Amino acid sequence: MGLTYQSTGRSTTREIFNVHNAGSELVIALAGNPNTGKSTVFNALTGLRQHTGNWPGKTVLRAEGSFIHGGRHYTLIDLPGTYSLHANSVEEEVARDFLCFAKPDATVVVVDGTCLERNLNLALQVMEITDNVIVCVNLIDEARRKNMHININKLSNALGVPVVPTAARGGEGLSELMAAISDVALGRVVPKPVLVRYSDAVEKAIAQVEPKVREIIGAHINTRWVALRLIDGDTKLVQAIQRYYNDQESKQAEAALEVLA
Amino acid sequence: MNSEAAVGNLLEEAKTIIGDQQAGIRDGIVKSIYDTSENITKDVVSYTSANRVDWDRKIDNIITSPVWGFPIMFGILAVIFWVTIAGANYPSEFLAAQFFWVQDRLTELFWALNAPDWLHGFLVLGVYSALAWVVSVMLPPMAIFFPLFTLLEDAGYLPRVAFNLDRFFKKAGAHGKQALTMSMGFGCNAAGVIACRIIESPRERLIATLTNNFVPCNGRFPTIIALASLFIAGSVSVTIASAIATLGVAVIVVFGIAVTLFVSWLLSRTLLKGEPSSFTLELPPYRKPQVGQVLVRSVIDRTIFVLSRALVIAAPAGGLIWIMANNTVGDTTILAAAANWLHPFAGLMGLDGYILMAFILGFPANEIVFPILIMSYVSGGTMVQMESLADLRHLLIDQHGWTWLTGLSTVIFALCHWPCGTTLFTIQREQKNWRWTLLAAILPAGIGIIICITITALARALNLV
Repeated sequence: MGLTYQSTGRSTTREIFNVHNAGSELVIALAGNPNTGKSTVFNALTGLRQHTGNWPGKTVLRAEGSFIHGGRHYTLIDLPGTYSLHANSVEEEVARDFLCFAKPDATVVVVDGTCLERNLNLALQVMEITDNVIVCVNLIDEARRKNMHININKLSNALGVPVVPTAARGGEGLSELMAAISDVALGRVVPKPVLVRYSDAVEKAIAQVEPKVREIIGAHINTRWVALRLIDGDTKLVQAIQRYYNDQESKQAEAALEVLA
Repeated sequence: MNSEAAVGNLLEEAKTIIGDQQAGIRDGIVKSIYDTSENITKDVVSYTSANRVDWDRKIDNIITSPVWGFPIMFGILAVIFWVTIAGANYPSEFLAAQFFWVQDRLTELFWALNAPDWLHGFLVLGVYSALAWVVSVMLPPMAIFFPLFTLLEDAGYLPRVAFNLDRFFKKAGAHGKQALTMSMGFGCNAAGVIACRIIESPRERLIATLTNNFVPCNGRFPTIIALASLFIAGSVSVTIASAIATLGVAVIVVFGIAVTLFVSWLLSRTLLKGEPSSFTLELPPYRKPQVGQVLVRSVIDRTIFVLSRALVIAAPAGGLIWIMANNTVGDTTILAAAANWLHPFAGLMGLDGYILMAFILGFPANEIVFPILIMSYVSGGTMVQMESLADLRHLLIDQHGWTWLTGLSTVIFALCHWPCGTTLFTIQREQKNWRWTLLAAILPAGIGIIICITITALARALNLV
């Protein structure tokens, strides 16, 4: 078996993030704004099968749990609650780096149904990094109480990804969420995210930068997104790319040596 | 393949492609994302009851609007000050009368007990009357101002203030969250300095820390309010007087915010260069303030806390002043000698030696600056007994020659001088670098001195005094 990116690359970058059993299990990331009930969703899905710690090298709390669905094992990583992924804070950096370099098999974005507009910003940004997104519209019970009606099908069509309404506190919608997660993680459903269209100037710049990005870093990371971040002058992402791939290359070299020996 | 170094080059390349539009790019990208969210939301969310009104949103649209945000902020501020000034006058008068009636009885008691003169002087004329001044001058404004301020806080107005101020801080090269730490500073500068932890970037945190002292804290608010009302009251009719005093205090607060912004701007251009980072400020829903709880909380947490801190420091300070006023070096008292020594410099600032000395002695807690000043005036001058606030006014204006310039300079210096001991201690603990702590003391003091000297020089040159 050759040392393809799939066989070593992904699991080694995941190891950098301390994801346990990185090779065999399906890894699901849980993203969302603060105060959306993200932790409630996390607890409801994993129950007592969780452990906490810090993100490697950061003083940001990290929770990891697992659940079994349809006979498969899923590891759920609770990302820090953030409003965006522009890496303005340590939390945003941690969340972004995980999505970008650990490449979870699926990412659930928990949004607050009562203020969808503000919460969708994060979902749209996550969708730029990874295709495998499920949007979980939480607090749907509170939205109902406020006489709000959210057209889930329409939202799913507008975003191009599966959308599941939940009221995690009452356990409503959780089995549907698990089903949606496994559909996406196992490739039974392939989301086609509808991406944000930027101004003509930005889109033109993306079109110019993206081929060069692909040339250099290949398709490991979403090239359109990297191009966008470069245009935005995101030096932190450049540093992160250098850091993670240097790390990974040395690990790949180690693995190669082991195979030879 | 050394692809990693090439990523860095790509960044340069991207920069040349986007060219001089770089500045607007980030805002443009964020705006596109927000617009997309808004459009999707409009499409998928509907309300079953047609006449549902989103009051929070409606109110926010007005009080955080670019047009109305500031007038409303200024108005709310003015109303609070007006209620405080108009309301504090009478209880102050009443308390002063009670306390000095008790002082007379204490004096009689000491005489009856044949206590030595120095003991009576130290304990009654020194310690007791310092405490009496702190309570009667500071308690009423505190007891009115704090609950009102807490009510605003509780209703959720303060984050809106931060929202309104955010763009100014951004323009000043500082972090938008500084608007929040500044608002905390209105409560207590030491707390404001601790709150600066919420700012991630060390550069912006330092700016916020160094400038926190430019907004008047709980300790200095009553000083400013008392001075404003005392100084103006009586000179014009009562209603007009309180209106003018209100306006004066509100202007001082806005001035403090302006200085905060200016100094932040200055720091971010000189010592602490860099770009402001952006952040998300969540506006919490408005809540009906829990009036009962607010009253209890503001009385216990703030009024009692601030007052007891002031009393603890005022008692020894009062004793010290009595000793200084009753012991002589050469042919003058120590108090007069110290005041005389400070006087030439204080005069340049439009103050007098006693005022500057009060600020120096008030270093442990700003709350006692004004009471100390009164004490030193009283013990240094001929008037020993004071029965009412009218006497206080008489003491300042007729006996010590205060003009509007003296009042103005004192208020400005109260706003811009070294932070109190607690705040400096906190800055040292947070920054762990005595140079920044020193700068945090020198910066506001220097600015206050420069402003006072400039105003005084101008006023004198134009023959306004």
